[in-house]
Amino acid sequence: MVNPNVQGKKYPATNPYLVGREKIREFAHAVKSTNPSNLDLFAAQAAGYDDVIAPPTFAVVIQERSLATVLADPEADIDFSRVVHGDQRFIHARPIVAGDELTSELEVASVKSLGAHAMVTFETKIYDVKKDLVCTAISTLVVRGDE
Amino acid sequence: MTHINIASLEVGQVIGTTEFLLTRDSLVRYAGASGDFNQIHYRDDVAQAVGLPGVLAHGMLTMGAAVQVAVDWVGDAGRVVDYQVRFTKPVVVDPVDGAVLVVTGKIGAIDAEAGTVRVDLQAVFNETAVLGKAQAVVRL
Repeated sequence: MVNPNVQGKKYPATNPYLVGREKIREFAHAVKSTNPSNLDLFAAQAAGYDDVIAPPTFAVVIQERSLATVLADPEADIDFSRVVHGDQRFIHARPIVAGDELTSELEVASVKSLGAHAMVTFETKIYDVKKDLVCTAISTLVVRGDE
Repeated sequence: MTHINIASLEVGQVIGTTEFLLTRDSLVRYAGASGDFNQIHYRDDVAQAVGLPGVLAHGMLTMGAAVQVAVDWVGDAGRVVDYQVRFTKPVVVDPVDGAVLVVTGKIGAIDAEAGTVRVDLQAVFNETAVLGKAQAVVRL
């Protein structure tokens, strides 16, 4: 169902993702944010940022790019149609700002079996162009087995 | 610094409650904004075929909306330094009426030395909590 041997496997850095101001606004509206730091350039600058900043969960967009590589990896053997999102965490070293160019590097932190199901935890580190850590995204997926 | 005086806060204090109406339009909008085009979030036939009670909201939409209660309180989305949730129950979105998500934030812990506060979020749909251990650490 999930190959336990992929525990500890690291996947190569993704192609840089350029964070656009309008993408941030689009995402902010989608998660029902009305916060000026996400939407209003002048308010964001008054708060000390170079541009609008992303809502706290925007890093999922970057995480997904790494996750897509794992789901396409035959060695990991994860059937996406059986996947349920178990939990999610974002630890921000700093907010994501429009104009950021971000890459992510994913490691399979653990693979556990839970009865007929498997739980896979991924740790994705998101870096800017200076290679400074921006965010660590931790995601656990539950892969349902045959009941 | 924010307008909030950390010394005035107490554990258990409610910082805000917001009602979010999630409609099918909200799900389509989130799919486009996030790139998550899993069909269980917009097609009744697909949701039914995989045994779901109906079209579900993206867990990440629920997570993203819930934290807004903490963001609105602290005033700046960049002050949320650590945010985690567990997805415990699905949010079924009716094609006509949508789904109402009621999110309440409470002070869970105070670290005066670090200048941070943990906000515990309760997200309720249909009288059921849909997120577990939903905690946002904010820097004041």
